[in-house]
Amino acid sequence: MDLADQTKTSGQPSIGHYLLGHLREFGLLFALIAIMIFFQIVTDGTLLRAVNLTNLFLQNSYIIIMALGMLIVIVAGHIDLSVGSVMGFIGALAAVMIVEWELAVLPAILLCLVAGALIGAWQGYWVAYWKIPSFIVTLAGMLVFRGMSLWLLEGQSVGPFPKSFQLLSTGFIPDIFGIDRPNGTALAAGVIAAMLIIWLGLRARARNKRYGIEGEPLPFFVARTGIVVCAVLFIFYKLAEFRGMPNVLITMAVLTVIYAFVTENTTLGRRVYALGGNEKAAKLSGIKTERLTFLAFVNMGLLAALAGLIFAARLNTATPKAGFGFELDVIAAVFIGGASMSGGVGKIVGAVVGAFIMGVLNNGMSIMGIGIDYQQVIKGLVLLAAVFFDVYNKSKG
Amino acid sequence: MQNSTQPLLEMRAITKTFPGVKALDEVNLSVRKGEIHALVGENGAGKSTLMKVLSGVYPAGTYEGEIHYDGALAEFASLSDSEDRGIVIIHQELALVPLMSIAENLFLGNEIAEGGVIQWQETFRRTEELLAKVGLREAPGTLIDKLGVGKQQLVEIAKALSKDVRLLILDEPTAALSESDSQALLDLILELKERGVTSIIISHKLNEVRRVADSVTVIRDGSTVSTMDAKTDEITEDRIVRDMVGRDMAHRYPDRERRAGPVLMEVKDWNVWHPEHADRQVIRDANITVRAGEVVGIAGLMGAGRTELAMSIFGRSYGRNITGTVEMNGRTVDTSTVSKAIEAGLAYVTEDRKSLGLILDETIQRNITLTNLPAVSTNGVIAENAETQVSESYRKAMNIRTPSVFQKVVNLSGGNQQKVVLSKWLFAEPEVLILDEPTRGIDVGAKFEIYGLINRLSADGKGVVMISSEMPELLGMCDRIYVMGEGHFVGELTAEEASQERIMSLIVND
Repeated sequence: MDLADQTKTSGQPSIGHYLLGHLREFGLLFALIAIMIFFQIVTDGTLLRAVNLTNLFLQNSYIIIMALGMLIVIVAGHIDLSVGSVMGFIGALAAVMIVEWELAVLPAILLCLVAGALIGAWQGYWVAYWKIPSFIVTLAGMLVFRGMSLWLLEGQSVGPFPKSFQLLSTGFIPDIFGIDRPNGTALAAGVIAAMLIIWLGLRARARNKRYGIEGEPLPFFVARTGIVVCAVLFIFYKLAEFRGMPNVLITMAVLTVIYAFVTENTTLGRRVYALGGNEKAAKLSGIKTERLTFLAFVNMGLLAALAGLIFAARLNTATPKAGFGFELDVIAAVFIGGASMSGGVGKIVGAVVGAFIMGVLNNGMSIMGIGIDYQQVIKGLVLLAAVFFDVYNKSKG
Repeated sequence: MQNSTQPLLEMRAITKTFPGVKALDEVNLSVRKGEIHALVGENGAGKSTLMKVLSGVYPAGTYEGEIHYDGALAEFASLSDSEDRGIVIIHQELALVPLMSIAENLFLGNEIAEGGVIQWQETFRRTEELLAKVGLREAPGTLIDKLGVGKQQLVEIAKALSKDVRLLILDEPTAALSESDSQALLDLILELKERGVTSIIISHKLNEVRRVADSVTVIRDGSTVSTMDAKTDEITEDRIVRDMVGRDMAHRYPDRERRAGPVLMEVKDWNVWHPEHADRQVIRDANITVRAGEVVGIAGLMGAGRTELAMSIFGRSYGRNITGTVEMNGRTVDTSTVSKAIEAGLAYVTEDRKSLGLILDETIQRNITLTNLPAVSTNGVIAENAETQVSESYRKAMNIRTPSVFQKVVNLSGGNQQKVVLSKWLFAEPEVLILDEPTRGIDVGAKFEIYGLINRLSADGKGVVMISSEMPELLGMCDRIYVMGEGHFVGELTAEEASQERIMSLIVND
């Protein structure tokens, strides 16, 4: 585009022009909403029932947690195919330590997280310092850790876990206001979250205005924020109607906020984007690219371990098949969320919304009684469509 | 003789614009059948662009003007389109697949096959024939990887011959070659002429031009300045240079008060070996001194090792088994990683801004602050307002032409991209800046601005090392010029002593 053109349009953007320019970001949000409305109608309102909403969070928590780490790995220009196996292995390790060796729950959890970080360090070492393609290193890891969980469990399922361990997944935050139903804590949290979203939105707008960046047109901002705030309030109200906020929702939300902050506002995050955007230029700018790559994998291992613990707690048993194929859902979520295969592009919030899109599709289609065969086909096509949309957008603009 | 005066190619009033830059402005070029036509001009004058227009890299419709080839209007839609008509271009960067054999490369995309099955015997036989024509004694099965640049050049020409070339375009064919390889190549081009191949040769080496060319076209700032014919005109190097440069030399480089302060940086006994071929020494016993407020040039041909020297000093970004010391203000400093080198007060502005200098898909702001993020953050959290203020101030100071610092750098012109790279390194607050080809591929206006900036830096007491292939630029800007032969310094000249001839003779007599 010609420079003169850009100056002209940056003054007073029309809504249509703005929408076109930011189709990807809003498209994702609208796609999620459209999918939810669709399933809400065809399932006769089952999708947004309190029980089902709670389930939706419980079912997708481990995918979302791993998507946070995967986004960073993919932004750094790599991929991790081993996360499903790692998560299964850590679940197995927890079961062996807690059920068979009768280790206390808290130290066992900590040991499992350390083990996950070490696995990440192992894979990161080969990728970062020996420049072995991450696809190969983690493909090897996928086989190795699948085999190791089979070996640990001797092919059997091990369980059940003690109550305190199950709280990781199935626990709920109690009502501190004593109303109990609807759950006061959940309501309060919903209101606070809504206010935070409005405040952050206003702050970003003020900043854009100060530096003359092309911001959203006002009606658009109001409409978008309105929809998001209503959705948040609605979800929290529904959760409050049932048993309140699940523990994993808090874990998930806190991690999402932390990772979004780290990727967007810290030097560490900025350097990861630079590394993925142009590794050579980043290195010549004094960025320790090897160390960053290494850390991205350590972080991925840690989050895969956490996901493994939550998954085992939810099933209340560790099985050799746990986590099988999950890496594909996680990677798909990140790409649906707008990350680029070549690195340097992608946002935490996008990955989380991408994971929810996959989750709602799974959940909705299961409620409708669609077979697993069709489910796979549809999910695959959604992934292709999302990435095609990206590529098409880019080639146009 | 009637035949030989008829033009094979006529390019009429070719105009080509890129966003922000008019690269060619009504350029005319006429090449007779069977002649060797030299196309000369400074870097960035538009020679390569003109050849890209001719060969269909910029297809018909993306430029204005007409190309008449072999008596008819030609509108090439692609490179293969022009190749079908016998126009073959050999680029500076050779386009051979390194891990394939000579034979495979010669017939790549044009394989001798029956029903999709490659006929190896026939391929090898024809390869041997072609190699004999260009005088290259290598087995057809030899991998390209194993050949030196000179021999690779010959393979490229053999490849062109395999396509029944009528018009051969050579872009700086001898730039990376040794003296003897260059002579052999020029002989080959003369021999091809005898066999009826017309050639256009783009070259900076005027002695070579004088030796082989039947006519010369000079291009300056995107326009044709003159055409000389060896038969009717006397082609002298002086005349070519005058036409190339055009203006009064004094006005091309802003004036600067020259006063060198105390020694800032000293590199002693620097030795570097090739990163892959452990037995090849790339830099031999290099010693450099840079004083505060001084602009020091490094002259040399392509492949002399100037970039390698700079990058090896800057955080050992090139080479291995590096020995030698770097002193800043008299104290030995550790420059073993890029971040340590930056800390020691060094900055290296790369010659390859697109792949080594910038993150093209990121904003101007994010590119500028990357070298010194801690300066705009507290406890690892970036203060976005501070970051925007910093980048805005560089946008103004460096006159980066853009609506806002939130533009992606990929949308900027070459000159503005270069200003972003320079801003990024100024933000790191270095004491000594090594500028590697700082004006390559940017237009005259931006060049002048960058010269002005270099002068301001030296006035601020910084040391500047300037690597450049454009000798006039070095002569116009530098207080002192190191001349580099192959991997080592062959001389050092002060501004008063230096001239193109002296620099060239130092290189040639290496």
